[in-house]
Amino acid sequence: MPNNPWFQRQRYLVDFTVGALARRKGRNLALLAVYALIVFVLASVLLFSQALRHEAAMLLSSAPEVTVQRMVAGRHDLVPAAYLDRLAKVRGVADGRGRLWGYYYDPSVAANYTLLVPMSDPPPPGKVRVGATLARTRGLGVGDVLSLRSHEGHPFPFTVDGTLSSESALLTADLVLVCEQDFRALFGIPAGLYTDLILTVRNPREVTKVAEKVLRTLPDTRPIVRDDILRTYAALFDWREGMVMVLLSGAVLAFIIFAWDKASGLSAEERREIGVLKAIGWETSDIMAMKLWEGLLVSVFAFLLGYLAAYLHVFGFGASLFGPVLKGWSVLYPQFELTPRVDGFQVFTLFFLSVFPYALATIVPVWRAAIADPDVVMRQ
Amino acid sequence: MNLSLKALSRGERVLLAGLVLLASFAGTFIHAGLAASRAEHTAAANRALTSRLALTDLALFTEARYTRHRSQADLHAAFQDHPGALEHFPTGSLAGPPPYRAPHAEQPVVPEAALPR
Amino acid sequence: MIELVDVRKAFNQGQHNELWAVRGVTLRLEANCTTVLRGPSGSGKTTLLTLIGCLARPTSGRVRLRGRDVSGMTERFLTGLRRQTFGFVFQQFNLVRGLTVEENVMLPAYPLGVSRPELRRRAHNLLESLDLAPHAQARAEWLSGGQAQRAAIARALVNDPAVILADEPTANLDTDLSHRFLDIVRDLKRKGKTLIMTSHDPLLYQAPEVDRVIGLRDGHLD
Repeated sequence: MPNNPWFQRQRYLVDFTVGALARRKGRNLALLAVYALIVFVLASVLLFSQALRHEAAMLLSSAPEVTVQRMVAGRHDLVPAAYLDRLAKVRGVADGRGRLWGYYYDPSVAANYTLLVPMSDPPPPGKVRVGATLARTRGLGVGDVLSLRSHEGHPFPFTVDGTLSSESALLTADLVLVCEQDFRALFGIPAGLYTDLILTVRNPREVTKVAEKVLRTLPDTRPIVRDDILRTYAALFDWREGMVMVLLSGAVLAFIIFAWDKASGLSAEERREIGVLKAIGWETSDIMAMKLWEGLLVSVFAFLLGYLAAYLHVFGFGASLFGPVLKGWSVLYPQFELTPRVDGFQVFTLFFLSVFPYALATIVPVWRAAIADPDVVMRQ
Repeated sequence: MNLSLKALSRGERVLLAGLVLLASFAGTFIHAGLAASRAEHTAAANRALTSRLALTDLALFTEARYTRHRSQADLHAAFQDHPGALEHFPTGSLAGPPPYRAPHAEQPVVPEAALPR
Repeated sequence: MIELVDVRKAFNQGQHNELWAVRGVTLRLEANCTTVLRGPSGSGKTTLLTLIGCLARPTSGRVRLRGRDVSGMTERFLTGLRRQTFGFVFQQFNLVRGLTVEENVMLPAYPLGVSRPELRRRAHNLLESLDLAPHAQARAEWLSGGQAQRAAIARALVNDPAVILADEPTANLDTDLSHRFLDIVRDLKRKGKTLIMTSHDPLLYQAPEVDRVIGLRDGHLD
C-alpha cells in the first residue's frame, strides 16, 4: 500500500507543503500555537461542562421523584405532617415522607452548612456526621465537638460520629447529618412540621400527572419533579458554559480574522510558485491537494494539540485554569475528581469548526490562482 | 521498508507525528471509557447516598443559601449573610469576592454593618 | 514536430491596455533540432515560447504537437502533455525556496507518484551529470547563479521530456558560465533532445550548437 502511486503522491505533496511551511518556521509555529491555544480553551470548557453535566445527571438520577414544598404568600414554608395523609390518597403515589433540612451559617468560617436528617440510619442523639469538606475546613475528626447555636442562642454541642466519604464530596461537602430530635430542638421546629415532603411514584411515567394531582389536592404547594432538577442543572452548566464562550468569542473572532487573512491571502511569491509548479507539470488538482494538505496539517495539528492539552488540563489537572468560573467558588468547596467523559458529537463539532473553515480558507484563493494559465511566471 | 526515523523525509516525519497525535486522540476516548467503568463503583455508592439522604442538589455552590439548593424554593434572597457570594446571574457570576471574603482569608470576617452599602 | 499556424496572442484583451504580443506567426519546428528565437525585448519571443510549450493558449490560430491540435485540449490533458513533452528552464530559474536542490529536481515528478528510491536515483544521476551532486542537500536559495541554472536544467530533465525550452538561458550568466551552458546544450543534443531557446545574446545564437535562428520583431517573424 505505501508504494501505491496515490499514496506516494500524497507523501510527496506533504513533503512539499512541509518544506514550504518551514520557510517561515517561526511565523507558522506561532500561528499553530495560537490556533492550538484557542482550541485548548474551547475544548477545556466543553470537556469540563460536559463532564460536570454528566456527573450531575448521573448523581441526581436517584433524587426524589417529586418534592412537595408548601408556599405561604409566595414564600417557602414548613409543611404540616397532615399533608402527608392527604397526599397518600392521591392516585399513583406509592409512598410519601417528610424531609427535614435547613441551613446553618457558621460565622467562624463564613460558611453555610446544610443540616439534614437522613431518611434512614440517622446518627444517635447528640451526634453528627459531617461532610468531608466541612470536616477539613473546620479541622474536625471523629470524636471532636462541633458546637452550634440553637435558635434561642444557646450553644448546642455535637460530637462528630463520623465523616462522609470524600468520594461523595460533590454531594455532601457541607452536610451535617443529625437525628430528627436534635434537628427540631436546634431550630425550634415543633413536631408535626416538615421542611418539605418527598413522594415516590408508582409508575415513573406518571410523575407529571401525579404532580398535577398534588397541585389540585393541595393548591398551596409546589411540586418539583426530578426531571425539573435535572433540567435545572443542565441549564445551569449550559449557562455558565455559554458565559465563558461569550467572553471567549472576542478572542476567537480575532483569531478567525487573523487566520482567515493569513490562510486566504496569497502573497506574490506564493502566486509565482503556483505558476512555477503548473509550468513544470503540476495539475491544478495537484496544487489544490498540496494546499489542502497545508490547511489540514495546520488545522488538524492545532486541533489535536489543543484538544489533548485540554483533556490533560481538565482531567489531569482538574481544570485549574478556569474551573472556578464554571464551578463557582465557595468556602466549603468540594474537592472532587471528575470522571472523564467525552461526547463524540461535541468533539466532532469542535473538530469540524476548527478544521473545516481554515482548510477551506487555504484552498479557495489557490483555486483562483491555480486555474490561471501558468505563463505568468514567464512574464515579469 | 526502512523504518528508521532518519530514512523518512521531512513530510513523512510530520505525518508520523500526526499519527501519534491521532492515536492519542483516540486514546482519550478509550481512557474516558475505562475511567467511567472504573468509577462505576463510586458512582453507584453515590447514587445510593443521594437516595438515602433524599438529596436534590449538588454541593457545588455552597457560598450562599440561595445558591446551595438550586432546584429548591426561594425563601432566600441574595446577600443575606455572605455579601461576597457569587450570584448565578451575569452581574455577579464573573467577579470574585472582596479579598476579606475570600476562602481561607487570614482576617476575621467583617461584620455586615461595616460593609459599604 | 511542433507546428504553429497563424498564432496570435493578446494580453488584457478588450481593455484599454490591450497588447498583442504575437501577431500571426506560422512556424514549423523539427525534432532533434536546436532553435533560438532571437529578438529584442518586447518582440514577443518569450510569449511565443510559452505558446510552443503549451503554457498558454493562443488567442487565435493553431498549435499542433506531433500533428495533434492542442489548442482545444482540456487543461488536465494539456498539463499531462506538457509534463511528458516539455521541460522548462526559466530566466530567473524559479527554484522553490526552502526546498533542497534534490527536492527541487524531483518536483516535476511528484504528481506522478514515482517511488521515492527510483525518483531519488533519477535526481542523483542528473545532478551528477551536471556536477551538482555535492549540493544535492543544499537549500535552493543558497546556490550561485550558475549552479541554480544547472539545478533548473536538472529539474527540466527529470521527467525525461523530448523538448527543453529555455528562456534567456545566458542572460544571468557571465561568459565562462555561458560557455559551460553551451557544453550542456551540446550534451543534450547528443542525447537527442529538441532545444528551443529565446535569446538576444550573440554568444548563444551564433554558437555552432545552434541549428536554426528565428528572428522576431513586434510579434512578427523577421
